[in-house]
Parts: sequence; C-alpha cells; structure tokens
Amino acid sequence: MNQSISSTLSAYIAEQILKQPGRQINATTPLISGGLIDSFSLVDLALFVEESFGVRIEDTELNANTFDNIDQLSALIQIRQR
Amino acid sequence: MLSQFQHTDTVAAVLRRTQAQFPNETAIYLMHSRQAEQVITYRELFCGAASYARELLQAGIRPGDVCIVILNHSAELIYAFFGAILAGAVPSIMPFLTEKLSPIQYRASLIALFEITRPCAVITNCGFTSEVRAARGSGASPYHILISENISTAIDPDNLPESNSKAEDIVLLQHSSGTTGLQKGIALSHQAIFNQLNSYSRAIQLTAQDVVVSWLPLYHDMGLIAGFLMPILCRAPLVLMSPFDWVRAPHKLLQAVTRFRGTLTWLPNFAYNFCAQKISDRNLVDVDLSSWRAVINCSEPMHWKSLQMFLERFIPYGIKSEALATSYAMAENVFAATQGGIGSPVVIDAVNQHTLLNHQIAEPCDDPTKTVKMVSAGQAIDNTLIRVIDSHGIDLPERKVGEIAIQSNCILSEYFHRPDLTREAFLDGWYLTGDLGYLAGGELFITGRKKDLIIVGGKNIYPQDLERLASEVAGVHPGRVVAFGVNNEQTGTEDVVIVAEADHTDPPQFIELGDEIRSKVTNSSDIALRYVYIVHRGWLLKTSSGKIARSANREKYLAEKR
Repeated sequence: MNQSISSTLSAYIAEQILKQPGRQINATTPLISGGLIDSFSLVDLALFVEESFGVRIEDTELNANTFDNIDQLSALIQIRQR
Repeated sequence: MLSQFQHTDTVAAVLRRTQAQFPNETAIYLMHSRQAEQVITYRELFCGAASYARELLQAGIRPGDVCIVILNHSAELIYAFFGAILAGAVPSIMPFLTEKLSPIQYRASLIALFEITRPCAVITNCGFTSEVRAARGSGASPYHILISENISTAIDPDNLPESNSKAEDIVLLQHSSGTTGLQKGIALSHQAIFNQLNSYSRAIQLTAQDVVVSWLPLYHDMGLIAGFLMPILCRAPLVLMSPFDWVRAPHKLLQAVTRFRGTLTWLPNFAYNFCAQKISDRNLVDVDLSSWRAVINCSEPMHWKSLQMFLERFIPYGIKSEALATSYAMAENVFAATQGGIGSPVVIDAVNQHTLLNHQIAEPCDDPTKTVKMVSAGQAIDNTLIRVIDSHGIDLPERKVGEIAIQSNCILSEYFHRPDLTREAFLDGWYLTGDLGYLAGGELFITGRKKDLIIVGGKNIYPQDLERLASEVAGVHPGRVVAFGVNNEQTGTEDVVIVAEADHTDPPQFIELGDEIRSKVTNSSDIALRYVYIVHRGWLLKTSSGKIARSANREKYLAEKR
C-alpha cells in the first residue's frame, strides 16, 4: 500500500473531518460504516482526493461498498492514477 | 392563484378528484442517481397508492389505524404513504437505517416508536423485513408487515372502496428523531393540512406555473409538507430527489432546477453554506438558476452570512437576489407560521448585539462593530396569529425577546397517545413553541430557544437522548454528562458538544474515553459527534434543584475553550 497516499488521507481526515489534528487513524478502521466520516463530509473527501491526487470519485461511489477504510481508498486512488 | 381547498376536503378525496380530472398530468419527477428520472402522473400515483390500500384493507386495517412506512427514496415510498391514506389509515414515515447507525440502536428506536404509536401495519422492503420482525419480538402490539416487493399491482384501482375519513380525523403522524422525538408523534388532521396549504400557498403566491424542486426527506415537516404534499395536492409539479444523493452531489439540485425550470425550493440554513462551499465549477457548467423565484430558508436558525454566501456563489449562474426568502415553521403548525421575502426582500434588522444578549432587547444600531444582522422570518401567514410572551404569558412589547406562541386553524390535533405532552404544550389555547424571538413592524425574528433542543442541519436532536447514550459508556460518571449545540458560522448549523465527567483521574485515559463516547453517540443517533470534552469530577454546574444546567455548562465550556 502506498504509504504517502495513506498518510496524506489520514492527516486530512483527522484534521479536517474529525477536528482532531495529530490523531492516527488505522488503515483498516471503518470510516463510513463506523461513522467517522459523516455524510456531510463525503463531498469534502471527494474534493480533497481530486485536488490532491488528480483522480475523481463519483458521487455514486461515496459509500461503504466502494471504500470504507484508508487502505481501500488508497488502493482506489492508485488504480485510477495508472 | 390556485383553487382553494374546502373545509370538508380529505387528502384521499382530493387525490381521487385530481386523478379523475387530470389523469395524465405529471405529479412527480422522481430523480434517481444511477438512472433516468421516473415520471409519475396523477393516475399512476393513484393506481400505485390503490395497490397498497387494497393490501392494507385485506390485512384488516381499520380507519385510524397507524401504518409505519420504512422505505428508501422510491416510488414505493410514495405509493405506500398515499395508499395508507386511501385506506383510511394514518401513515408515518420513518427514516431508513443508514450505514453508520448501529442496527441494535435502530431496532431500539423502532421499538420505542411502536410502543407509543401501536401501529397496525408496517410497510417495508424485503431486505428489511427481518429487522422489523425483530422489533416486534418485545411485546409491542402485533402488526402486519407488508413487503413492498409483494404488493400486487394487478388490481382495479377504480373498485377501491372510498375511505369514510372525515376532515377532522387524523391523516398522518410526524416524528422527530431519537427516543424523545419518537415519543412525540405530531398528529395532524386533514383539515389542518388543507388550512395550512390554503394559507401557505397564498403566502408564497403559488400558481400552476410553479415547479417545486426538493431533496428534503419525507420524515421531516419541511420535506413532507412543502416538498411533497403541497405540490402534489396543489398540482404544482414536483421534482423529488433523495437526501442521500443530494448530500453526496449537491450540484444535482441546481442541475434539476436548470432542467425543469424549478421555481421553488426549501432549504435548511446549512444547505446554503453546503451548496456555496462544496460544488466545484465543473459541476456548474450550463447551470441556470434564473427560474428560481424563491429559495426559502427554513427549519434551523437563519444566518445572514449563509444567505450572502449562497447569493455570491450563484449570481454568475443567474440566481436573483429577490429569490432569497425565509420562513419560520414547525410540524405542530403543519408547517409554516410565517413567510418572508415573497414580493419584497427579506427584512434584515441590524441590532445591538450586547443589548440583545444581555437585556433581551433588539435595539436598532448603526455602528457595524456592535451590531448583529438579524434575518426576519417574515410575517405571520394569514391563518396564524403570533404573540411574544414572557414567562407569565403576558404579551411583550415590540423588540423585546420572549417566547413565541402561536394560534391557528392548522395546529396539531395532539401528540399521539400523549395527552400529558399535549396539555403542557398549550397555554390558554396558544401553542408554546419553545422558541425565543421578537416582533418588529409585524416581522418575526427568531433569536434562540427556550427548550433544550439542538438543531443540526435542520434535524431536531434532543440533548437528553445524547446524554443518555454518553452515560452508558463505561468510565463516564453516571448522570454527569451534558450535551448542547454551538453555532458554527462556517457550516451554517450547530455543532454538538458533549462534556462528560470521567470516573478516573488519569488524563491519558481521557482520549480513549472521548473516542468511546464519539463512536457510541455517532453509531446510535442521527448525528456524527466530533466535539467531546472530558473533565474531572465536579466540573459540571448543577441547578439549585440538582439537575445539570445545560446553558450554564455551555457558557462555561465556551469560556474555557475560547
């Protein structure tokens, strides 16, 4: 798994969504089903991914079936970057 | 101007009449995220509803029986709701289980709802049947479970017997969320609904040329009345999106307004910030908002900055400044009590912030460094009287802040099966809203809340429900928890804060305890809890009667965190 993508995502989620800067988020912690990322923050996450990694996540993909943890999101980003 | 409803009208009779007169007219454009929209004519709406009505009647449903509808955004949800009404039953729409909600907690809230409303039927889909069955296990009243996939459409809708509901009978129940909200079913009569629609459609100058575009959930008064029943019953075409889709793709609301030449939309305050901040330019190509004649801010505290932010962002896309409108509404009055910004701009009142906060007087003020810009909720609609009263029920003069009390011909019939709550809600025939505000020149300004309630994104959240959840976390001193809302200017809504006293004194454990409270409350309620403040024993302030004082602790928290 790409460490730099994962740590960028983790830092963003901790700071901007959870408002707990410095908090470490485990790469397998459920984000959506666990309620860490609420529905109001999903668009922010999609915009952040687009700006930071140059790949798009469609609104219909913003659910736990597409990705529910940092590992899965990071893998999705890498596939789309190819 | 549209024709007015009669005082003997019932929802079922109006639906029958409309489908007979205008069978091929479009009632609803039902929007879907992955496929083209579904066009539902009045005839189709009636036929779909009649199938559900038939099944309910066959299941032995009698007039006045409660029917809970738990379905996702779909034509089935709409048909099930109207089907219950055609059968003479009383529907209530419950939110569907979301991804983050713990199924155990959701089941507990279903049980709480079933115990108080004692439904005779629950309509849900195949995948959800086991959940509904499980909730039945606990000794709540037995009810029929109707599965939407199994509803037979092979019936002759014109043979459906007419319900003998009368205008004064209860037609539907509305609930807000959480254990507390679910026990306060707001029972509304046909008459109340039509009295509201008559007055409110005059207030917004509704015509047959209007097109309503809504993403609001149908379990909320703004969504159910303004964004659903009014357009359907008044024959203004409705473009209905799913709240689930909107929150992931807010631009789709604007694209729908563009495509259908939408004229009316209702939004809670946070949605103005949300749309202004979270839509990228590439999703606004070809968006044209010039058809919007009113975008009505309603159902949570309104902020001037939110309106400005929205306007500035969308002026390049044709929004007119006169489209900004406001309303003060509550499910207990069916929906609106006031309306502003139709025909003339929303009134902004610049008042002295210090005097407002400390003396509860809204004093006009010219010094911009000392003022707060209050957004008027408009004037009372023509069937509603508004007073601002003190704690003894005495009228207060203009510009003095007090509790808002209302009287109308569309007030709730009762809190369902809760005569105690119904009695408490009224004072000499006036409904006490629990909201604080002042009147100035006939305009109503909402300044705050007397009742302990947090409004997040337009959703009513009772702090006691969150406090109970947090108290269940091991390590929290029992009963020593307080929840309150803090306004967040950036998001345009309230942030929920929980302050909890820890049993132990070891600060490293505080972080862990905070996390446990966050996940417990987030997975068990309608909100995502972010702000938890763990404190030592003795931090929380109590009232003289020994209860935790929410507002005093809120002040203390704000003072420490500033």
